[in-house]
Amino acid sequence: MNVIELIVFIAAAALALIGAAGMVMSRNPVHSALFLIANFFALAVIFLLLSAPVLAALQVLVYTGAIMVLFLFIIFFFIQPGQKHAYVYSLPWQTFFSGILVIVLISVLVLGLYMGGVFTAEEHVQSAAMKVEELTSPQALGSALFSRYLLPFELTSLLLLAAMLGAVVLARKEKRDDREEKN
Amino acid sequence: MSVIEVVWMVAKILIVFAVLLLAMAYLTLVERRFVAWFQWRVGPNRVGPLGLIQPIADGVKLLFKQELIPAKADKFVYFLAPAITLIAAFAIISVIPITEHFYIADVNVAILLVLAISSLGTYGIILAGWSSGSKYPLVSGLRACAQMISYELALGFAVIGVVLMAGTFSLHEIVLGQERIWYFIPQILGFVVFLIAGVAETNRAPFDMPECENELVAGYHTEYSAMKFAMFYLGEYVAIINVGMLATVLFLGGWHGPAIFGAGLVGLANLFWFLLKTCAVIFFFIWLRATLPRFRYDQLMRFGWMVLLPLALLNIIITAGIKAFIQ
Repeated sequence: MNVIELIVFIAAAALALIGAAGMVMSRNPVHSALFLIANFFALAVIFLLLSAPVLAALQVLVYTGAIMVLFLFIIFFFIQPGQKHAYVYSLPWQTFFSGILVIVLISVLVLGLYMGGVFTAEEHVQSAAMKVEELTSPQALGSALFSRYLLPFELTSLLLLAAMLGAVVLARKEKRDDREEKN
Repeated sequence: MSVIEVVWMVAKILIVFAVLLLAMAYLTLVERRFVAWFQWRVGPNRVGPLGLIQPIADGVKLLFKQELIPAKADKFVYFLAPAITLIAAFAIISVIPITEHFYIADVNVAILLVLAISSLGTYGIILAGWSSGSKYPLVSGLRACAQMISYELALGFAVIGVVLMAGTFSLHEIVLGQERIWYFIPQILGFVVFLIAGVAETNRAPFDMPECENELVAGYHTEYSAMKFAMFYLGEYVAIINVGMLATVLFLGGWHGPAIFGAGLVGLANLFWFLLKTCAVIFFFIWLRATLPRFRYDQLMRFGWMVLLPLALLNIIITAGIKAFIQ
């Protein structure tokens, strides 16, 4: 990793952390959504650094460009500029348990990275990067989705179809009276 | 990367940026004059010969106007929105190949990048509508949300036909693939869908629901004044230029064309053809605006989902079928 990449990584990582923290802590839901968008954007930059441009572009296109727009669409109906949410809604011992959970998650993550040999095997970095580039090209991604991972891919689409049908059923007008419908 | 390469890179970025700024300023004049002629009027012709200094006068006026910020506005988001619009609009040109050797960057997922950045541009409008703290901009912001989502899908799907033909996401290689035949002939369906969705994506008439002045005052930028209003204005025109360039690159063969300046000046001829095609698409946009009345909102949504999207899907199926069974 050269100097420019390191600088970009630090900036992106800082933005990702700020975005994640701001999303949880801000008192206005629209600001939360904006922080989340900043976080997605930073993640996309990190994907780019890991030489996975397809994932980076899809991250911005799908999550930032489509899903978060719909989130905002809904939030806009309820929240005005300057509105703050000051109520506190918490479970007993919430802070304590969440602290423990965070520590456990981080230790699992670090342990996993250590077992995977990320901290030691510096000589493999170059070949790993080459391999990643091969794996994340659009062609490789597409053929993997339609051959090796075909079953999970189709199951996911079935799941999305069910969600879509649910949305259609919820949004459909109820027909009470045929005459009323014609008017 | 040597020092000269870095300097040349920075110079290219500055050249493209300056040309784009100038083109956009004069596009406002061109549009006003053309629409005036379409409507049997004269148009702005008082400032300088043929009104040529009008954009500069407008710019100076906008710079010195008083800034008004609504009391109920969410200040940070209110300032952020015009910046997002402008940055997203300018960022797209970084991956567009202007001639064979003159481009800022050749990215192997350029099309996805363009779609991603243009979807970011949506946020400018949505956030401006909300953060003004005023009811008409809010309605406009909500309309923009729904419209952009619907038409972005059709736009993306229309482009997939081209990607299937070229077998690459890189815009540079897509243009290289059009040396024999421009893709708008085999991809005529995709081209039509792309142009319509492009008009809708840039919020131009007849799809200018977010700023429809009879109902919503001026839509999302009602509460914006002075330079912040100008930034939205600039963003809109850069977006038009972007769609023109994209249509050129994806469907109209990019820089390809006869070498009219002789064999020695192929680069100049390439530049000429690229600019000519882009201008033709932009003229088409102005023509549409002067000709067609505005859609009603429910018509617009129905058209997007029930006509454009199925057409784009049909185009993908046909292209993929031809590619799989005939070639």
